[in-house]
Amino acid sequence: MEMQKLYLLVPMAPLIGAMIAGLFCRVIPRWVAHTATIAGVAIAFFASVVIFKDVLAGHTFNGTVYTWMTSGDYRFEVGFLIDTLTTTMMLVVTFVSLMVHIYTIGYMQEDPGYNRFFSYISLFTFSMLMLVMSNNFMQLFFGWEAVGLVSYLLIGFWYTRPTAIFANMKAFLVNRVGDFGFILGIGLVLAHFGTLDYATVFAKAPELAATTIKIWGAAEWSLMTVTCICLFIGAMGKSAQVPLHVWLPDSMEGPTPISALIHAATMVTAGIFMVSRMSPLFELSTTALSFVIIIGAITALFMGFLGIIQNDIKRVVAYSTLSQLGYMTVALGASAYSVAIFHLMTHAFFKALLFLGAGSVIIGMHHDQDIRNMGGLRKYMPITWITSLIGSLALIGTPFMAGFYSKDSIIEAAQVAYHSGQPGAAFAYFAVLAGVFVTAFYSFRMYFLVFHGEERFGKADDAHHHEHHGDHDDEEASHDHHHGLAPGQKPHETPWVVTLPLVLLAIPSVLIGFFAIEPMLYGEYFKGVIFIDSEAHPAMAHLAEEFHGAVAMGVHSLTTLPFILALSGVVVSWFFYMKRPDIPAAIQRRFSGIQTLLENKYYFDKFNEVVFAGGARLMGKVLWRGGDVTIIDGLIVNGSAKVVGWIASITRLFQTGYVYHYAFTMIIGVSVLMALWITRA
Amino acid sequence: MSNYLLSLAIWIPIFGGLAVLVAGWLGNDSKSRGLALLVAVAGFMVTIPLWTGFDVANGGMQFVELGAWIPRFNINYHLGVDGISMLFVVLNAFITIIVVAAGWEVIQNKVAQYNAAFLIMSGLMNGIFTSLDGILFYVFFEASLIPLYLIIGVWGGPKRVYAAFKFFLYTLFGSLLFLIALMYLFVQSGGSFSILEWHKLPIALGAQIWLFLAFLIAFAVKVPMWPVHTWLPDAHVEAPTGGSIVLAAIALKLGAYGFLRFSLPILPDASHELSGLVLALSLIAVVYIGFVALVQEDMKKLVAYSSIAHMGFVTLGFFMFSAMGIEGALIQMVSHGFVSGAMFFCIGVMYDRVHSRQIADYGGVVNTMPKFAALFMLFSMANAGLPATSGFVGEFMVILGAVKFNFWVAFAAASSMVIGAAYTLWMYKRVIFGDVANHHVEELTDINKREFAILGVLAIATLWMGLYPQPFTEVMHASVNDLLRHVAISKIQ
Repeated sequence: MEMQKLYLLVPMAPLIGAMIAGLFCRVIPRWVAHTATIAGVAIAFFASVVIFKDVLAGHTFNGTVYTWMTSGDYRFEVGFLIDTLTTTMMLVVTFVSLMVHIYTIGYMQEDPGYNRFFSYISLFTFSMLMLVMSNNFMQLFFGWEAVGLVSYLLIGFWYTRPTAIFANMKAFLVNRVGDFGFILGIGLVLAHFGTLDYATVFAKAPELAATTIKIWGAAEWSLMTVTCICLFIGAMGKSAQVPLHVWLPDSMEGPTPISALIHAATMVTAGIFMVSRMSPLFELSTTALSFVIIIGAITALFMGFLGIIQNDIKRVVAYSTLSQLGYMTVALGASAYSVAIFHLMTHAFFKALLFLGAGSVIIGMHHDQDIRNMGGLRKYMPITWITSLIGSLALIGTPFMAGFYSKDSIIEAAQVAYHSGQPGAAFAYFAVLAGVFVTAFYSFRMYFLVFHGEERFGKADDAHHHEHHGDHDDEEASHDHHHGLAPGQKPHETPWVVTLPLVLLAIPSVLIGFFAIEPMLYGEYFKGVIFIDSEAHPAMAHLAEEFHGAVAMGVHSLTTLPFILALSGVVVSWFFYMKRPDIPAAIQRRFSGIQTLLENKYYFDKFNEVVFAGGARLMGKVLWRGGDVTIIDGLIVNGSAKVVGWIASITRLFQTGYVYHYAFTMIIGVSVLMALWITRA
Repeated sequence: MSNYLLSLAIWIPIFGGLAVLVAGWLGNDSKSRGLALLVAVAGFMVTIPLWTGFDVANGGMQFVELGAWIPRFNINYHLGVDGISMLFVVLNAFITIIVVAAGWEVIQNKVAQYNAAFLIMSGLMNGIFTSLDGILFYVFFEASLIPLYLIIGVWGGPKRVYAAFKFFLYTLFGSLLFLIALMYLFVQSGGSFSILEWHKLPIALGAQIWLFLAFLIAFAVKVPMWPVHTWLPDAHVEAPTGGSIVLAAIALKLGAYGFLRFSLPILPDASHELSGLVLALSLIAVVYIGFVALVQEDMKKLVAYSSIAHMGFVTLGFFMFSAMGIEGALIQMVSHGFVSGAMFFCIGVMYDRVHSRQIADYGGVVNTMPKFAALFMLFSMANAGLPATSGFVGEFMVILGAVKFNFWVAFAAASSMVIGAAYTLWMYKRVIFGDVANHHVEELTDINKREFAILGVLAIATLWMGLYPQPFTEVMHASVNDLLRHVAISKIQ
């Protein structure tokens, strides 16, 4: 009983904080807003730690909080499922959220929307917790859309910027496209399982494994394949997988703390979490898993390429996030769900670190985000420098660091999937391997350009405004440029509220992989939570055979291909950007076609703008002007009015004005009616 | 007392409205306003026991009143509510308070007549929802047109006469077919106007089809369904704010209600036979109208089109013949009452200040009206069907019900998740976000206490229904199950 109150406390504490800061944002002083929300999130974090220990002791929970609604034979409930997967997510979410809350005190210091911002991020924490703690699809969808709402509010936090309010609408709508698939998936679950409760659905799934449904014509489709693909479309929206990834780079319009919290560490991983949660369903459809692995591989590789050419510091990290989400998705597709969650966790720490580090740089640079204007910052911002270096090393998979254990496991899982002959896995294996080089290259390109080399800041202002493509995104990138450092001005290290979270995030970025890999991937940690059909999908079983401890894995990796690729990525970027900056410029000139393609982000945005946005507006115009105004109103409504007018002009002839004409007509009429009445009776 | 609750719910607003007229003639606007609010509140109070005292296990009629009206033709004053109609009586009484409060400072011209028209209409509409006699229903159904016609025609915008006429003729055309159908049923049933008797009446399929089409036209105009919907945007644009609220929140529900009270139970075979037609029209409403809403430049037109799309969900839910579909549709109707009422009120708030409904005349309203922007955001999200708001519940149920019915029907319906969000948020973005667009926006003042109270109450209703819809669906179960059992039995003999 006591524990159940604690479960409830976890989401409620941030919600109360959000309500205090939000409903009274115009009357309370700033310290009340940040104290209330930080207290709420801290309570949630510590309660999560207690719950985590309790779960490790074997006390899982699955129960209802209240019945949301009943209809027909269906019950919809709000309830919690507390197991190791949930608690892992709870810890990640509350910890990163707590760090971001503290960081925000420094980052948003000068912003008039201070209280509102705290309210939003606490509300986000609440929504995300409801999402991960849910024990049913309905509440999952609740949390799913609620985090989308807060993301919308936060991307558009600076609501007077045209680019921000474009980006937030885009994010919401693209996510809605994903949710469109998601709700159909949920509908299929309800229609065939008769409930939305996880436990019941998962228990019943094997029985329905062979069920087929007719979707189009006479062809029989596997129910599991259709359902899982529909659900995964939802994940593609939220976790920004190609082609629904287009919103994430634009979401960088939001303040940096939320880029770290929402658009790197937590919300965007909701899709990964969801698929892992649904492992008993996805395991029943190799087709769906192949779809997942291909989408993931495309995202992992091709979004990584885009990271190479970005000049906005946040955008580099954003594309890196897209690419890493692709890695997680590849893990899901290879049935290595625990590896996906493992990478989700390590990524949450080091990517939040990188984003917050980027934010710290942005503060130091007085809101100049262009890495071409930076350089040599290590002298001025030592803590930011060291922590960013740690984050970058973790990201590229340096042996013994957090990202290494998770990413190497993904690569191995993809390799096993490839050898087991899973469709699409060969490409995925290639993509994740190539991605290692790309990741190392763009990460250290950014690192060198920002922290090393020539100091390029404080120069004359016009240097900022080169290379205008007339592209929407470049305008937004340059939006902040008029801030920047004045000539001669130096960057400065940020206050402790900013650097403390960096340090606290750097610790797990180094250590967590080493300590967590054995229990999480090869222990009993996810037993009974994640379901794998080892016969059909041998990745995890194979990985377990190969695994001989975290130390051995680290040592062994020094001779393997991924390490060599990562190392060469770092070396090449050092050579290109430290030693011979003329080479990348020459390559850009030489391969200008590829450069243009990358600069236009493979033309996804242009395509969407023309085909979907333009098409919808055109369709609306045609249906409105053509359908409603011309045909229905013009032809039918006003047309019939004209016909009535015409008939009236004839009947007018009968209105002679002579009473005896009328009387005569009336008599005839009455007699006809009477005759009818009598003959009928 | 509790035996006469329904009569009170009908006649308190009607006689109260007449009293308001008298108070107006006696020459005091503020007194007549106060009296109108008092009547509206009293009218609402008498409907509360309908909900609190409702027996959820009973699927039949409750709070029944029966008395002879015109014995010669066996026409009775027969009232009652079941789980399908009860919530609409309460909703109607609730919206009446909102409407009176919404016109408080805004209407300065013929105040007493304005309020009286709304109160009388409220009583008449309660009559529609509670009538169990065909002629009684018809009388209320037709009579309710008159106050709304006057509201648009007298207090409306520049093209009010065209709009009022279009509205009147459209709906009158439907009503005439409806009357013919009633007469046929009267003759067939051997001289009864009792709707409940008609539910048991065996009718041949051919006759059912004709009757169904007559009902369909009558109700489709009211809902409104595509393609007889074009009166609604015009009526909304010309109507004063209060008129739009009542039109969207209550008047549109009358047609939908008619399907459940007449078409489905009286003509089950024809309903099944022609369900494809209704579903097709509903999906057209959802998709086609969604696109049309996207390109509207007038906020009221946009929300009017969005109403049509939302009502498409209602008719869609009805004709899937499942508990989930029908209950989802009913929930959608109640929710739409709150949300569209609030949307029209929000537009009214801006119109009162700037005297324009054109999206292009706004921009950056959040800078000068932050409180308003926050509440408008809530209702916009509800309009886009965001979970935790009432707008989600009905759409969710109908879509989920539709997946079971037919995947592609669900597919088309679910597309509103994207289109609905697109037209609502695009409007919100252009009106509310951005830099201050012009001096009108610059000079805006944030909502006052009265406006805040109205939007606050609607916000609470919207959130309550989104977070805990069980009290709303609970009352429907028994009646909806009865209805479904009834619809499943053929009446062809």
